[in-house]
Amino acid sequence: MSECEEKILVEKVRELEKVRKIVDRENTAEVLGEARRLSEPLSDEEARKRMAAYSRRGFLAGGAAALLGVFGWRWMPDDTKYRLLRGTLEFDEKVSRAFYRPSRLAPEFSASQISPPRVNGGIGLSEDLDPAIWKLNIGGLFGRTDDLVITLDDLKALPRTEMTTELKCIEGWSIVVHWAGARFSDLAAKFLPATKSGREPDLVSRPDDLLPYVSLSTPDESYFVGWDIESILHPQTLLAYEMNGAPLTAAHGAPLRLVSPAKYGIKQIKRIGRIEFTGERPRDYWAEQGYDWYAGH
Amino acid sequence: MAKRIENKHPLAIRWLHWINFPMLLMMIWSGLLIYWANAVYGFRIFGYELLHFFPPWFYETLNIPFRLAEGLQLHFFFMWLFAVNGVIYVIYLAVSGEWRSILPVPASFKRAAFVALKDLHFVKTLPPQGKYNDAQRIAYTAVILMGAGSVITGLAIYKPLQLGWLTALLGGYEWARWEHFWLMILFVLFFVVHVVQVAVAGWSNFRSMVTGREVVDENAAVSIQPEPIP
Repeated sequence: MSECEEKILVEKVRELEKVRKIVDRENTAEVLGEARRLSEPLSDEEARKRMAAYSRRGFLAGGAAALLGVFGWRWMPDDTKYRLLRGTLEFDEKVSRAFYRPSRLAPEFSASQISPPRVNGGIGLSEDLDPAIWKLNIGGLFGRTDDLVITLDDLKALPRTEMTTELKCIEGWSIVVHWAGARFSDLAAKFLPATKSGREPDLVSRPDDLLPYVSLSTPDESYFVGWDIESILHPQTLLAYEMNGAPLTAAHGAPLRLVSPAKYGIKQIKRIGRIEFTGERPRDYWAEQGYDWYAGH
Repeated sequence: MAKRIENKHPLAIRWLHWINFPMLLMMIWSGLLIYWANAVYGFRIFGYELLHFFPPWFYETLNIPFRLAEGLQLHFFFMWLFAVNGVIYVIYLAVSGEWRSILPVPASFKRAAFVALKDLHFVKTLPPQGKYNDAQRIAYTAVILMGAGSVITGLAIYKPLQLGWLTALLGGYEWARWEHFWLMILFVLFFVVHVVQVAVAGWSNFRSMVTGREVVDENAAVSIQPEPIP
């Protein structure tokens, strides 16, 4: 081959390489450098035989896993399944409480964003109630074993707090409501709760010494909720006596209800009859119907 | 003609893929039990609702009504498995280099259009591809992003106070719920197209997601350097 011919050939190869390159750059797999793992060339028969072996192994293992999953779940006794799911809710609660910070506040809305009110849930409100004779019982206080009984005027003597927040129902809807009332933390600062150590409580610097739960119930005790102490002391948890600029109506929980963007509406008990600070996890109406006890945001 | 066996899907990808299927199914199923309690979304055009999610026969057929508490229990259980499986999948893609088979490049969108034309029988040839064509790359990357989106929007609804910044970022509580719902619809659409495409692609392709292997012609994939199987 002459030198000239050789040069032409090299040129041709370069050209081909260039063309090939363009073709290859059209391939995303090439661009990203995808590798393919290929066996050595096999006869049809050998390829078929090997695939049959791979298939047996793959479908047996996959089928066994699928059957185990489906029938394991279907045949799991109901109480085992319930314990598993309830245990997971309690685990979720632990995670939530570990990340909980009282300094985080729910967004507030403007007056124009207030939604039409929505009545949902009347358990514990069936008996007639005369607001004039209504009193609030508070148990589990520091330095006493009996209930303290206070009136609505005592409660209104606490600093008045207003907020326009979103009320979220566990059903999935939410509405914006303007509330006025006393912060629960202001109530606890005035009427001191009992402590684990027996020392006088300090809500700010020794919150860990407080009893971990609060139980609240309607006067007829047919509706009852449990709260963790940190959520009920959240600055946006109010004992509300006004809603959207007017005193609470009976259907919305007159004369006093709990409201908070820290938990779902099921926890925001209407017509409170009794509050108790307690070391034991309180019963909760909807938790007993299968809902999350914590139900917190 | 001689063949080769291609080691197409690593073991980890196959397990993660098949575990994801029942987890996603349970998330959607329990999500429906929850959604029923406030079923407000629909598909609207010019203010006219063409399709309400969901019609009464749908709930009755699947026995969905009045199971909110059960739905919440299941949702808050399977969310862990769904999320952890997804996170392991993404980590595996990143570490193993498998992302090279799944990620699209900017030019993929044009080539994906040709894949769609081929699927609709308007053109006869496919653009060059590796393990997946460019339409698949876009779909498989999108579905990972959808999974991440479902977890993020879900967290925003689950903890709208403690994760208030996230909820605000998504446009507020109501919007986050709307986004969470539509991501579910997208998952269902993905699932339908995925299953149809797998059915069209045939047995050998389906089997490769179980065995990991697929028989190819000896000279297949000349443009990509074969790596010998150890």
